[in-house]
Amino acid sequence: MEQKFDAIVVGAGLAGLACAYKLANSGLNVLVMERGKFAGAKNTWGGAFYGPVLYDLISPLWKEMPIERYLVRHVLSFVSEGQCFSVSSESEPSNSPPHNGFSLLRSRFDKWFAQKVSQAGAIIACGIEASDLIWDGPDIRGVKSGNETFHADVVVACDGVHSILARKAGLRGELKPIEVKLGVKEIISLPSETIEQRFNLSGDEGISMQFVGSCTKGLPGGAFIYTNKQSLSVGIVVQLNALVENKSSANDLLEDFKQSWPVKKLIRGGELKEYSAHLIPVSGINMMPHLCTNGLLVAGDAAALVVGTGLILEGGNFAAASGIAAAQTVLKCKEKGDFSVKSLSYYQKLLEDSFVLQDLKTFKKAPHFLENQRIYNEYPDLLCSLMQKVLTNDGQPRTTTWRLAREQMKGKVSLPQVAKDIVQAMSSI
Amino acid sequence: MSHTKLENKLAVNKYDVDRDVHITINEDMCKGCSLHPCLYICPAQCYKQASDGHIIFSYEGCLECGSCRIACDYGAINWSLPRGGFGICYEYG
Repeated sequence: MEQKFDAIVVGAGLAGLACAYKLANSGLNVLVMERGKFAGAKNTWGGAFYGPVLYDLISPLWKEMPIERYLVRHVLSFVSEGQCFSVSSESEPSNSPPHNGFSLLRSRFDKWFAQKVSQAGAIIACGIEASDLIWDGPDIRGVKSGNETFHADVVVACDGVHSILARKAGLRGELKPIEVKLGVKEIISLPSETIEQRFNLSGDEGISMQFVGSCTKGLPGGAFIYTNKQSLSVGIVVQLNALVENKSSANDLLEDFKQSWPVKKLIRGGELKEYSAHLIPVSGINMMPHLCTNGLLVAGDAAALVVGTGLILEGGNFAAASGIAAAQTVLKCKEKGDFSVKSLSYYQKLLEDSFVLQDLKTFKKAPHFLENQRIYNEYPDLLCSLMQKVLTNDGQPRTTTWRLAREQMKGKVSLPQVAKDIVQAMSSI
Repeated sequence: MSHTKLENKLAVNKYDVDRDVHITINEDMCKGCSLHPCLYICPAQCYKQASDGHIIFSYEGCLECGSCRIACDYGAINWSLPRGGFGICYEYG
């Protein structure tokens, strides 16, 4: 008789591992299926985890967690050719966890986390892709991998942005280019002392830098730099439909970004260690699939649980929180012995009661707002040239900042247009 | 750092290359497309155009992002992920 699991979790990312950790710790018989050679082998992201979700789940393990650096400074830079205008937010470093944000290298972190999940009693099966679902009438009873079958009371699909399982279950259709951003990233190694000197950091401190404007040649998206212990994560994220329409290559944009003067000096002398690419679901609640059906729950990127407002860029905490909510749901349904869609819809309620769906609803209009081309063209140009004018002394009599602003705006953007965009920003991000 | 050539970037990555191709192109459907977004959308430039106009996919450098599948309006890309354990193997992520 083939072994039957209480739950099969597909995908060893943040959602899947958080889910399996909670289930295994509650004594359930859990199988984690991961298509990578090891947990983390297929996982990449920008760089940072925000909020207390992971700490609340694994606080006893906190000290041994492979965190790269704690974020003490966030810098948002508007870049125009040869110019840069930055806003920096810094807070006095707190030495106590959970810290507001920290950089992680996903391949290393997920590998470590998977070990802890395994120690908690779950089986982590790597190198096995989940290719299909096992159906019993309207109910999902497990997962197929090629000719092999794996049976369980419930399947939690944490199989990423393309979620083959959510599609096979009929919970969602094909992704559209406007719903995703393509992120490409390089890991560039540098000695930790060099990183600390260049970014004015000490010890475990880290920085997150976001760039908007000419770094994407005006296409919707941005660029980023995160500091790790002994490397930098340097990348570009661009709306996929904009790349298609403009016949642009994300890799070319990344290469130009690395060559741009604000960045060149930061990565100087560094050695390329890895080049990765990943799609990010960015349409938020507008693209969210149904979250459950009979015998199946969907979590993390598979459920498009990502919030991007330009200021807030979070997905990891949403993934982990949804994985935990999925585990709580499985535990409750197991007590009742009922894994029907009605019973599993408790998951939807948990997410609605938490920041996960509330944030997605709050920032529902952000994806549309971020399609506004002026954010990536006119506004970075205006901000950069205005500050340049204000701060340049050419020996001539000066004029007020406001008047300079009006001069800069001439022929580029009208005052009512700016006012309209500000109002839209106020209700979107 | 000067511009890094893409082949040098892919060369630092770790792959376990399978003998099986995980993405194929439906040539009949592909023929209808004149823009070929696959040629520039793929961050690993796995798609190349042969002198006779055919699109050729070389799967070895694939980063498994799936951009090609979503960008192709013609549904000409039979997209799947490499078999379990094969393909890109990130060490940093």
